[in-house]
Amino acid sequence: MKNVTRHKSPKFFWQGNEAIVEGALAAGCRFYAGYPITPATEILEWMAQKMPALDGAFIQMEDEIASLGAVIGASLAGVKAMTATSGPGFSLMQENLGFACVAEVPCVIVNVMRGGPSTGLPTGPAQGDVLQARWGTHGDHPIIVLAPSTTLDCYLVTRQAFNFSEKYRTPVIILSDEVVSHTREVVTLPSKDDFPVIDRTRPTVPPEWFIPFETQGRLIPPMSAFGDGYRYHVTGLVHDVRGFPTIRPDEVHAFQRRMQQKISEHYTDIHWVEPYYLEDAEQIIIAYGSVARSALHAVRLGREMGKKIGLLKLLTLFPFPRAAIEKASLSCQDLLVPEMNWGQISREVKRVNRGRCRVLTLNKFDGTIITPQEILKKLSQN
Amino acid sequence: MKDITKLIHHYLRHDKKFPHVWCPGCGNGIVLGALIRAIDHLEYSKDEIVLVSGIGCSGRMSVYVDFNTLHTTHGRALTFATGVKLANPKLKVIVIMGDGDALAIGGNHFIHAARRNIDLTTLIINNSIYGMTGGQHSPATPYGKMATTTALYNIERAFNISELAVTAGAVFVARGTVYHAEMLHKLMEKALQKKGFSLTEIITHCPTFFGRKNKMGSAVEMMEWQRDFAVPVEKAGKLPPEQMEEKFTIGVLVDKEAPGFLEEYEKVKTKAKRIHQQG
Repeated sequence: MKNVTRHKSPKFFWQGNEAIVEGALAAGCRFYAGYPITPATEILEWMAQKMPALDGAFIQMEDEIASLGAVIGASLAGVKAMTATSGPGFSLMQENLGFACVAEVPCVIVNVMRGGPSTGLPTGPAQGDVLQARWGTHGDHPIIVLAPSTTLDCYLVTRQAFNFSEKYRTPVIILSDEVVSHTREVVTLPSKDDFPVIDRTRPTVPPEWFIPFETQGRLIPPMSAFGDGYRYHVTGLVHDVRGFPTIRPDEVHAFQRRMQQKISEHYTDIHWVEPYYLEDAEQIIIAYGSVARSALHAVRLGREMGKKIGLLKLLTLFPFPRAAIEKASLSCQDLLVPEMNWGQISREVKRVNRGRCRVLTLNKFDGTIITPQEILKKLSQN
Repeated sequence: MKDITKLIHHYLRHDKKFPHVWCPGCGNGIVLGALIRAIDHLEYSKDEIVLVSGIGCSGRMSVYVDFNTLHTTHGRALTFATGVKLANPKLKVIVIMGDGDALAIGGNHFIHAARRNIDLTTLIINNSIYGMTGGQHSPATPYGKMATTTALYNIERAFNISELAVTAGAVFVARGTVYHAEMLHKLMEKALQKKGFSLTEIITHCPTFFGRKNKMGSAVEMMEWQRDFAVPVEKAGKLPPEQMEEKFTIGVLVDKEAPGFLEEYEKVKTKAKRIHQQG
């Protein structure tokens, strides 16, 4: 029990995965279910150590399908819940992820990306799961995907992931990668007042008046927990406002539209990017995850050499932060999207850019990081 | 009759989601009736019960009853139920699955839930076939029987569901049939009162697919088969083995004690909190 948290000083020397655990616990996560997998296992191990003393629940399940199933069950019973995995496990979770979308169950799923496909490169970083996080479960659905790039990000992004999931009654995916999750850094935490904890809205009407998916003009219905006295039906089938299965086109349409709108209409709240040296930048790097670390270093090296380059770091990957990309594309000549994949976010950037400036790509998928020198070289070639 | 009307009004979402989807002659209604009688007799409140189901004909059961109900993904009912129970151990969590649901796609979850011994009352409705999708063979379809996915006959052996649960470590295992309806709700009462993972296997009939493909006659004739081939477990021990061939036992097959996940985890929590306080 060496790892039980004792926050005496706001400064910590944490690994990324440890910061994810601390961020989750600070956000009020009190249920964890998971299955061992490299490079996410530390999250499982630390949760196993910490949950009991915090009166939370921890369970190691028989696989990742079961892990997400248990997380959804716990959330329906009113407890904030999370699981963490890597590529192969994330693929197994896709079906239950869709259930959480359709039944509007708040939960957080961490995917510490490693090289793929299949067993791939278990100990090497990659960013190959970006579009799987967006589109992996079957059927059209909205989703929130966040990507930390530093240890402090791991803490903050996880806290924010819980807030988004509770506020919008949706699963939120955190895409970390092997480098982000295994890097150890000194972290200075912000004051608690700067980062309020958001809890789901609970119904206040008498139980006999409760209509579980009646939104009364809002887009997110209040959510009761099993045992609260509001007995209702939860299903993965498309359902009407009372929660019962329906195939009536008008009800199906209303349901599908609300699903999309509850995320799209809160786009500005979910939109999270960090600009670095953008004011006069002629070349702007768009990066996320561990690549954003190299990119920031490249920008600082470049600035020392007098080059006008900047970085737009994406923390929200989906809904895609198009406003920030549009703004960047209006002010510079080149956008460079370095990624540890064949080009997944660069497609989104090209879609938003609509030919305004050149979109350069730098893709690496050999299980090693993209270095600042490689980024500078690419920029100077163009 | 008055009592039945009272039960219907109290426990069914009679004004919301009826008529149901089950075929004429289906045994699922008898299972649901037995479950409601058991719950009523034990005087649980509707608010404390969570009924979790999977996918298939049995999966629809959760729609019809006025409890906290959760209709999950195919085969995963036990995983959702594990999360519910662990997050709020005060809830009475009942899981209903079919044979294909629990043993094919959900087979891994089934053995691990039994091994883990988390307090869940599990019911498996065994009709030997996939009904909802139209009569494909399941892991409970006996060798030699017909289904829409057998060219001539089923070449695979069937799981013995109850024995699988015993081997996996379930602390309470019972088997009943929908023919023995009185016995069924008594078995369910025992299962509901048992702390730990309990399994009640319910042998039922699917006249629409299993019966038709195997020329077993009407629902009534299929229930007569249950009557003729089920042997109470107390009696079975006294019969010579040759008389038990092709027959199956009904009643409480296992009732034992073993450490439960929830109780063990509570101990860990108490210890961890003490260590934490001591610094």
